[in-house]
Amino acid sequence: MNNIPNMKPTSINISSQSSTEHSQSYREAFLLVFKRDLTIAFRHKDDILNPLLFFIIVITLFPLGIGPESNTLARIAPGIIWVAALLSTLLSLDRLFKSDHADGSLEQMLLSPHPLFLIVLAKIIAHWCLTGLPLIFVAPLLAILLNLNENSYLALMLTLLIGTPVLSFLGAIGVALTVGIKKGGVLLSLLVLPLYIPVLIFATSAIDTAAMNLPYSGQLAIIAALFIGSLTLSPFAVSAALKVSTN
Amino acid sequence: MPITSLLSAQQLTCIREERILFENLSFNINAGDIIQIEGPNGAGKTSLLRILAGLSQPYEGQVSFNQIPINQDREYFNRHLLYIGHLAGIKGEMSAQENLRFNLALNGLDASQAETTLGKVNLLGFEDALASHLSAGQHRRIALAKLWQSQAPIWILDEPFTAIDKLGVKKLEQLMIDHAKKGGCVILTTHQDLAMPTELYQKIILEYRFY
Repeated sequence: MNNIPNMKPTSINISSQSSTEHSQSYREAFLLVFKRDLTIAFRHKDDILNPLLFFIIVITLFPLGIGPESNTLARIAPGIIWVAALLSTLLSLDRLFKSDHADGSLEQMLLSPHPLFLIVLAKIIAHWCLTGLPLIFVAPLLAILLNLNENSYLALMLTLLIGTPVLSFLGAIGVALTVGIKKGGVLLSLLVLPLYIPVLIFATSAIDTAAMNLPYSGQLAIIAALFIGSLTLSPFAVSAALKVSTN
Repeated sequence: MPITSLLSAQQLTCIREERILFENLSFNINAGDIIQIEGPNGAGKTSLLRILAGLSQPYEGQVSFNQIPINQDREYFNRHLLYIGHLAGIKGEMSAQENLRFNLALNGLDASQAETTLGKVNLLGFEDALASHLSAGQHRRIALAKLWQSQAPIWILDEPFTAIDKLGVKKLEQLMIDHAKKGGCVILTTHQDLAMPTELYQKIILEYRFY
């Protein structure tokens, strides 16, 4: 038998893809990974419930600990809700890449012909849908427990809506950097929490301002800027970090 | 007709934990080659495969595909590469078919072929079983199933025969021979001797170094 091909290969050829096919395949690649992550999460419900329960428990404990003084509670409510959202995101970050890294699917994604930043973007957005989005729905209910000023509800929802994606995007960079380390949990908090502080400051300030019936669009604009910045830049940072981590 | 060099390694050096696994390793892999990388545990077989696949960066040297360094155009190289590591990359939360569909689509292949492909690896009847209920060998079969669909010329397989039964090994070897005949190349590590005729494959032997 001859192992050197003496005829033109039939099914194997070295091709190049035309750019017109790209936009189509970009969307497919995004949806592929997005749907997969959602499927996995819905079959492994702990991942969704854990951060949400944490958020609910922390916030309900505060009125019990501090006492039912409505003025005190109203003053600290924005801070409590946002700190709880921050910590619950941090709690859920681990699952973003850790299990994929452990079973080898991350390697397969790195070697996929689809651009890595798209895969990463899909994973982060799926993560936000599973951990950030539910917080927005339960936050108004919990805000009642904290006697939040009624003018602040819209501000609370809006800051959570644009603020929690920032948490997922920035957190993903930290996870990607620590995914190769056996006990990266502490390092992850140290890396990520300082980056969360701007979101925390502007979000709570927006809610406080809203309580005084003043315009809070300035703070909202800054959070939106953080959102757009992290949306566009973090997938590339995460891709680079993943390549380093799997090296 | 000149033999086309698909993958070439130039002066590769790999250092792990301050130990040199190999240095100045250069070779060309041509269309039609089946290369078995041999060596004791810890000799750097997996490290070499990961460098060839572009998952790890060598300490020195570079890998080129079609005369283009692989880091220069990752997407181009990835379209022509199929790598199966020693981790199967199978999600326990998804069924066998969903896993394979995802794997195929991720490699830009036709996911609708997943069901027939599962038949080729003797997993018919397990399509809808969650992968967490399947055995290690069946996980590996799901991971290997995409070999039957792959259009990529370069196959890099790290211990593909682990947990695969004898009949499965035979089928895989035949598939590799066919792939090589079609103008592809296969680079694999295994501790078993390949059952194919010796003129069909070549060996790269890595030795364990103590310094």
